[in-house]
Amino acid sequence: MSEHALEGARTRPAEHAGPERWLGTAWRQFRIERKMFWRNPSAAFFNFLLPLLLLALFGAIFAGERAKLDVIVPGIAGMSVMSATFIALAYNVTLLRERGILKRLRGTPLPTSAWLGGVAANAVANTVLQLALVILAGHFVFGVAWPSDWLALIVFVGLGVVCFAALGVALAHAIPNFESAPAYVNAVFIPMILIAGVFYDEKSAPQVLRDAAEVLPLKHLIDGMSGAMVHHEGLADHGVALLVLALWAAVGLTLAIRGFSWEARRD
Amino acid sequence: MSTSAAIEVDGLRKAYGDHEAVRGVSFAVERGEVFGLLGPNGAGKTTTVEILEGYRTRDAGTVRVLGQDPGERPPALRERVGIVLQSSGTYPHLTVRETVSHWASLYARPRDVEDVIALAGLQEAADRRARTLSGGQARRLDFALALIGDPELIFLDEPTTGFDPAARRAAWDTVRTLRELGKTILLTTHYLDEAQALADRVAIVKDGRLLAEGAPGELGAGAARYRVAWRDGAGVAHERETDDPTGLLHELTGGALARGERLDELSVTRPSLEDVYLELTAEAIA
Repeated sequence: MSEHALEGARTRPAEHAGPERWLGTAWRQFRIERKMFWRNPSAAFFNFLLPLLLLALFGAIFAGERAKLDVIVPGIAGMSVMSATFIALAYNVTLLRERGILKRLRGTPLPTSAWLGGVAANAVANTVLQLALVILAGHFVFGVAWPSDWLALIVFVGLGVVCFAALGVALAHAIPNFESAPAYVNAVFIPMILIAGVFYDEKSAPQVLRDAAEVLPLKHLIDGMSGAMVHHEGLADHGVALLVLALWAAVGLTLAIRGFSWEARRD
Repeated sequence: MSTSAAIEVDGLRKAYGDHEAVRGVSFAVERGEVFGLLGPNGAGKTTTVEILEGYRTRDAGTVRVLGQDPGERPPALRERVGIVLQSSGTYPHLTVRETVSHWASLYARPRDVEDVIALAGLQEAADRRARTLSGGQARRLDFALALIGDPELIFLDEPTTGFDPAARRAAWDTVRTLRELGKTILLTTHYLDEAQALADRVAIVKDGRLLAEGAPGELGAGAARYRVAWRDGAGVAHERETDDPTGLLHELTGGALARGERLDELSVTRPSLEDVYLELTAEAIA
């Protein structure tokens, strides 16, 4: 199927490529993605409820244990970044491909980059909303301090969004049909949040799991976010985390673009 | 081939692994014409059309669509071409009007959204979400989305497969309306009656090759065989093929009159598109 892989990317813009037109198209795509997101209320509801629910549960379990709450709140914030980008895009791209919507869009003058821009901006909007909820709830309900280094938080979230959004699109290429999407997504997501120390301080995990977590991006995202949110650490303290995230972002973007397929597989 | 042809295809080839889906196909579609690619499933119709639409690359041959090579995917070409795919979905949570309006925003010079909704016969369903549409209405939405960019050329890949008779008639009416608007249409179908009803010219495709090409009424005229059928005095049905129906009828009617019999149910038919099609495509069975 590599014959359809982004054939258009190299010859695309040229004629319509006025930047205003591109921005207008990406903006309209973003607006319609937002509209569709809110039109599916149960999905929208759980999208925001899940992190809050987890926060409430663990907040109740660790009530008053400051050190544990300081692990949980940035952990759930990091998990939110991953779920709002990685999970959402893996599902969304698979669904659009299997329903033939991608193929239909490819027959129009819509530039691929403008479409992806709108879709990614939608994931970013959900990430920002989820993070805001987690940070507000963490502060007002559990008494966690306000983030200490906003710049570091923004950089880590930005890099995390690029990394996990790209990995989500890349995973969509590996998912053969929409029915199997939950299995593929959970097979990646659940082990990753368990070993990355979302729900506990990963230093208490066995060495082999800690090594695995070191290689994967989520632990580094959470390290950077927790540094910025509760430990008064900035970008300089998390150079390795930035590097690992950037490497995964590069891998994700390469796989996402190289493997992109517009059509459902024909068996 | 005239230089003004909407589509020119010469020596087109495409293989998937060992399977040669298209084996040297050549044809031209004039502007304003409805051209039908008719053939059984797996004949290579969709592969051919998807190469013309820019979805697939070709292995060999030259292809021109509105003067441009679709393999290079020029954006300007996609402004001028409308595509109805064999099966493709729309955003389930948008209404018909929102969907058409969003698609309109993708084109530099779209048609009016309400006009297109009316043209596709979707006024009543305009405020319904796409996921609640019936199969026929969803197909009308496919037409609407293919028309919204005001294309010169429209590809219809099996536009009525799986339709009930009423929905097929409605789709046919839409195609005729498009033709009256001066659009060029390339239609694929495995329904003979559809090709006969809609196409100005038909090419019969099988196993990746063009077997015959011409106006539906003329295809088979070259075969010059007439079929004469009747029932004799004893009520037994007869059927004979001939190059010379005049002579055969003279012989039959003369004999019957001499015996004082009637030839019930006497008919003379020219080979229809169906006969030509069956003859050309049935060699495996014969």
